[in-house]
Amino acid sequence: MKELLKIKGLKAKVGEGEILKGLDLTIHPGETHVIMGPNGAGKSTLASVILGHPAYEVTEGNIVFEGEDITEAKTDERAKKGIFLTFQSPEEVDGITVENFLRTAKSAVTGEAIKAWGFHQELMALMEKLNFESGYASRYLNVGFSGGEKKKNEILQMLTLNPKLAILDETDSGLDVDAVKTVSEGIRNFKNDNNALLIITHSAKLLENLKTDYVHILVEGRIIKTSDASLIDEVGRVGFTAMLPEDLRGGV
Amino acid sequence: MELKKTVVSDVDRSIYDIANPEKAKYKVNKGLSKEIVMAISAEKKEPSWMLEHRLRSLEIYEKLPMPAWGPDLHMLDMEQVVTYVSPGTGMKDNWQELPEEIKLTFDRLGIPEAEKKALSGVGAQYDSEVVYHNVKEEMSSQGVIYTDMDTALREYEDILRAHFMQLLPASTHKFMALHGAVWSGGSFVYVPEGVEVSMPLQSYFRLNAPGAGQFEHTLIIVEKGAKLHFIEGCSAPRYNVLNLHAGGVELFVKENATLRYSTIENWSRNMLNLNSKRAVVDKNGAIEWVSGTFGSQITMLYPMSILKGEGARSEFTGITFAGEGQNLDTGTKVVHAAPGTSSTVISKSISKSGGKATYRSAIVVRPEATGTKSSVTCESLMLDSDSRSDTIPVMDIRNDEADIGHEARIGRISEEAIFYLMTRGIGESEAKALIVRGFVEPITKELPLEYAVEMNRLVTLEFEGSIG
Repeated sequence: MKELLKIKGLKAKVGEGEILKGLDLTIHPGETHVIMGPNGAGKSTLASVILGHPAYEVTEGNIVFEGEDITEAKTDERAKKGIFLTFQSPEEVDGITVENFLRTAKSAVTGEAIKAWGFHQELMALMEKLNFESGYASRYLNVGFSGGEKKKNEILQMLTLNPKLAILDETDSGLDVDAVKTVSEGIRNFKNDNNALLIITHSAKLLENLKTDYVHILVEGRIIKTSDASLIDEVGRVGFTAMLPEDLRGGV
Repeated sequence: MELKKTVVSDVDRSIYDIANPEKAKYKVNKGLSKEIVMAISAEKKEPSWMLEHRLRSLEIYEKLPMPAWGPDLHMLDMEQVVTYVSPGTGMKDNWQELPEEIKLTFDRLGIPEAEKKALSGVGAQYDSEVVYHNVKEEMSSQGVIYTDMDTALREYEDILRAHFMQLLPASTHKFMALHGAVWSGGSFVYVPEGVEVSMPLQSYFRLNAPGAGQFEHTLIIVEKGAKLHFIEGCSAPRYNVLNLHAGGVELFVKENATLRYSTIENWSRNMLNLNSKRAVVDKNGAIEWVSGTFGSQITMLYPMSILKGEGARSEFTGITFAGEGQNLDTGTKVVHAAPGTSSTVISKSISKSGGKATYRSAIVVRPEATGTKSSVTCESLMLDSDSRSDTIPVMDIRNDEADIGHEARIGRISEEAIFYLMTRGIGESEAKALIVRGFVEPITKELPLEYAVEMNRLVTLEFEGSIG
């Protein structure tokens, strides 16, 4: 099957500190991948680097999306190709409403003018599914939103932009049980055979209702173990350190 | 002297920059002298008290020092400034009667179009003289007077004599003294008791002559319970010599009256804009300043509200956008001089490409102004590390019963926010423009519609071509 995302030998640093130290990852359409790992392992860095965050410098390796090398591409070009990232703590942007922002984004991603009224109805339907009070559509982007509302807004954006690859960075952190359920339903609605998920998480809560194909353990900038969903339980039982090769154990 | 640039780096000024060949019918020599002041007065056929006022102002000008604070004004050489340039058209109330090139200038700026759609009256000044003035019939039939200052001086001499430069005497500062000596043009508005002017009046000031000064005087009286929105716009094409603007605005807001005074200043970057504005507000009256400063090389502008009557209110909403080579020093002053008065100040500034934006304000609460409320919010956004932003708020509170709030924020445009928007497919320049537009949104919504659109356009243009 054709690869959607192929990362090879990726090394990246911020300032002088190398965070990703030779990382390989391949994702095919239809797959759900989970990345787990201790704090500071480089999970969020990986997500940022896939989207081309300007603070990180790729020193080696490359990122290929649908056969095209995007290692040097600008962030918005990556988004237009179909890569999406939900943020752990999304920025608050004053003066632009959620609805206008999403319409602008959708128009940018699809390259088409989006009719306001049709879009409004689509948005309202999605918000209802997410138990997201419709009034938030006319509020400024994330300004004064609670943690949970921000996360719902991220999922709303994902559903609106309908990317080929969605990277979810700690989407479940800070959510109460009901909100996790709603968000997880939103993710299930999104998922189909043609798109893929890369879920970064600490906990198994969000994954309970999702079919997981691969689980990767990321430690110190490298994927040290890859297996099927059973690995989630193993992490829960033994923790990350036990999975490390001998020479790395002291370092965690 | 600075070199002429072939490319203006950021704001697209193409509309503003179209200069007409100078065809002044009459202009005075460069510089400032008693003879020049007398020549201006004679050309205008003024009453003798006005000539005396001018000459007194000139004496004061010669005695007063340059301001010892704020932007450096050393480049100003009054010997090089032509203080009076008359297009010699006379004043018309029909655009068709104006010379083609002057008419075209105002057409490009959209003034006649706006007049038809959304204004109760329009005045247009070209260099030193007002060339057009018209007020809609329904307004004049209610006793609203809207005319140029020369006409007002002939037809309403007593009112003028009682008010002219009473709020802004020549002794206010050096440039007000200069104004007193060589003032010309401007608008006079009188709104009778209880009359609400439904659509705004707008005066537009266009300076076409290179090396000239514009010294228009605007005098507005809003009687008891009356209401007015007055809009002032200004622009000039760019020249490689300095132009000077030192206008004066005096506003008298009577009991229970409301005056909104909106200014959009878009002078070219060879302009020194040293303008003075003051309003005095009687019992339960309100002055609302809306101020947008985009152009000029140097601006010093601090509209002042004197809250003289009990319960009088003042609101100031200002936006300043300083680009390359600009030093824009703006703010406001409020004097609370009666009990129960209140003031609100919201100021936002943006600086980029080495521009400097300074917010300067003074809130004065007199001992007798008990139960005063004042809230000041100023925010600055610097778009790059070459730019500067300063905040200089002064509070002078002379009683214990004042409720004063102040909040200041200075920040840079957030890289994280730009990244966030870009991950949603929005390009870098558009992302920055969205953030800046969002920042100024509380101000844009106060602007007259045509200017709000204009400002959004300015912000967008500002970022186009700035990438890569």
